[in-house]
Amino acid sequence: MAHRPAIEASGLEKSYGAVKVLRGVDLSVAPGSVFALLGPNGAGKTTTVRILATLTPPDAGRARVAGFDVVADRRRVRRAISLTGQYAAVDEMQTGEENLRMMGRLTRLGRVESHGRARELLERFDLTGAARRTVGTYSGGMRRRLDLAAGLVGHPEVIFLDEPTTGLDPRSRQAMWEVVKGLVTDGVTVFLTTQYLEEADQLADRVAVVDGGRVVAEGAPAELKERVAGQRLDLVFGDVAAYGSVARQLGVRLVWSDADRLTLGVATDGSAAHVRALLDEIDPSAAPWTASPCTAPRSTMSSWP
Amino acid sequence: MSDAIVLTGRTIRLSRRNLDAVLTAMLLPILLMLVFVYFFGGAIHTGTEYVTYVVPGVMLLCAGFGSANTAVTVTNDMAGGIIDRFRSLDIGGTPILAGHVAASVLRNTVATAIVFGVAFLIGFRPAAGPLDWLAVAGILLVFILAISWLSACFGLIARSPEAAGGFTFLMMFLPYPSSAFVPIDTMPGWLHGFAEHQPVTPVIEALRGLLLDRPVGDSAWQALVWCGGILAVAAGLSGVLFRRRTG
Ligand SMILES: Nc1ncnc2c1ncn2[C@@H]1O[C@H](COP(=O)(O)OP(=O)(O)OP(=O)(O)O)[C@@H](O)[C@H]1O
Ligand SMILES: [Mg+2]
Repeated sequence: MAHRPAIEASGLEKSYGAVKVLRGVDLSVAPGSVFALLGPNGAGKTTTVRILATLTPPDAGRARVAGFDVVADRRRVRRAISLTGQYAAVDEMQTGEENLRMMGRLTRLGRVESHGRARELLERFDLTGAARRTVGTYSGGMRRRLDLAAGLVGHPEVIFLDEPTTGLDPRSRQAMWEVVKGLVTDGVTVFLTTQYLEEADQLADRVAVVDGGRVVAEGAPAELKERVAGQRLDLVFGDVAAYGSVARQLGVRLVWSDADRLTLGVATDGSAAHVRALLDEIDPSAAPWTASPCTAPRSTMSSWP
Repeated sequence: MSDAIVLTGRTIRLSRRNLDAVLTAMLLPILLMLVFVYFFGGAIHTGTEYVTYVVPGVMLLCAGFGSANTAVTVTNDMAGGIIDRFRSLDIGGTPILAGHVAASVLRNTVATAIVFGVAFLIGFRPAAGPLDWLAVAGILLVFILAISWLSACFGLIARSPEAAGGFTFLMMFLPYPSSAFVPIDTMPGWLHGFAEHQPVTPVIEALRGLLLDRPVGDSAWQALVWCGGILAVAAGLSGVLFRRRTG
């Protein structure tokens, strides 16, 4: 019992129309651990989460969550999990407290119990002061915390968090990290998705990198960083626009970023050929700003980390 | 069942905080009633006091227009992440939609009662006895229920709240080509077929017969068959649409 994986998937495939979104995803997540699925936009993270959370059936492959098959035993899976999706799933027109009490009732807690659980979670997520305000008046960080709290009301065994910190400022992100770290101490299993290696490194015991619907690398964060990058190439940009566009272009290959110093770190094997190839790849998108010397990327090599 | 009750409470809380929509659904029929009674009423000859003739039509307009708002509340839900969260809690489409429909019935029952009150203030004097009133309430309730569930289907089809709002338009115009505001025999001949056989007409005729204490004839059971049919089709269809939308 204690040794069966909390989440197990093999050969998951999914297409929407002619688009193959997942092309055979295999995963295994130990109970009581934090697992991160790392990938760029469109990699198939949300699709994977939706399949594991029983919301959409796979075209091929099988998955078990909390010991139950996600297709055949959908209802048993649903009773063991909670999902906090990529887009906030709380009612803007209800107060924070009303949202949580409603979740309590829907997870079959009694009226009094729901009330108590709502108070407890509001306290834990530092929302007590805003409990009676409608969610429409909350900041992005508060909303995310409430959204996460709503997923915890029913004491789930396995928690899915789809991009829990996307769109948050650095301070709110830091606060969210603390919250997620706190979850594991309760013994639950956390499956999260992220676009940032840094986040996976901070939170996860194991990381799987997905790209184009496949797991392209898997391991402990430290292992993974070593495997993808013995060396790091730092690119220093002259303006925010160039920094942003290259950051998007590099996606998961970014191993480090510093917005204040407009610096991006990219994994490389350290060979001149690889560095040249990387710069060539970045160059076309750089065209509009290489004309001005002060905005051209300046690169330095340093060894990891 | 208990999920449906919790979700009904949710939708009622959401509409209480979106009073604009609720008030519009009520003010519009009241304004139309005033316009018809005071501006057009003098020129329309129906054989009774015009206010008495027009009130059943206004009630139906109020009930239909208000119920159509369900399309908007359903679309809003489908657009956000909350449906995924409900589904991951093992709550199916039926309790989710039933929550919207039940809240709509409560909302529109209150609105309809208020519009009745205004009608009394401007001289509506029905001849109905207690049993007739009970039948009027029953027919209006079934009508509200049927239209609410039908509009939930529209809400599942529409991709934006604006598109879903289109259904309220339909419900606002459907009473015009019927006996709601003017007798059908004053309309052009080509319209008679539609006006006499569309669902709104038997509902109006039944309400009018009951309120004026006149024989209702076939209209009462025709009204119930129409509403029951719409309800059955809409409830079945909404299940299919919900699964297709979330699959
Ligand atoms: N319901 C759908 N119908 C059609 N295409 C879809 C659907 N859902 C996802 N896709 C496509 O599948 C691909 C993967 O989507 P998915 O949402 O899983 O990616 P993601 O890794 O979560 O990306 P992001 O970081 O942007 O959230 C995308 O190309 C997307 O357009
Ligand atoms: Mg996603």
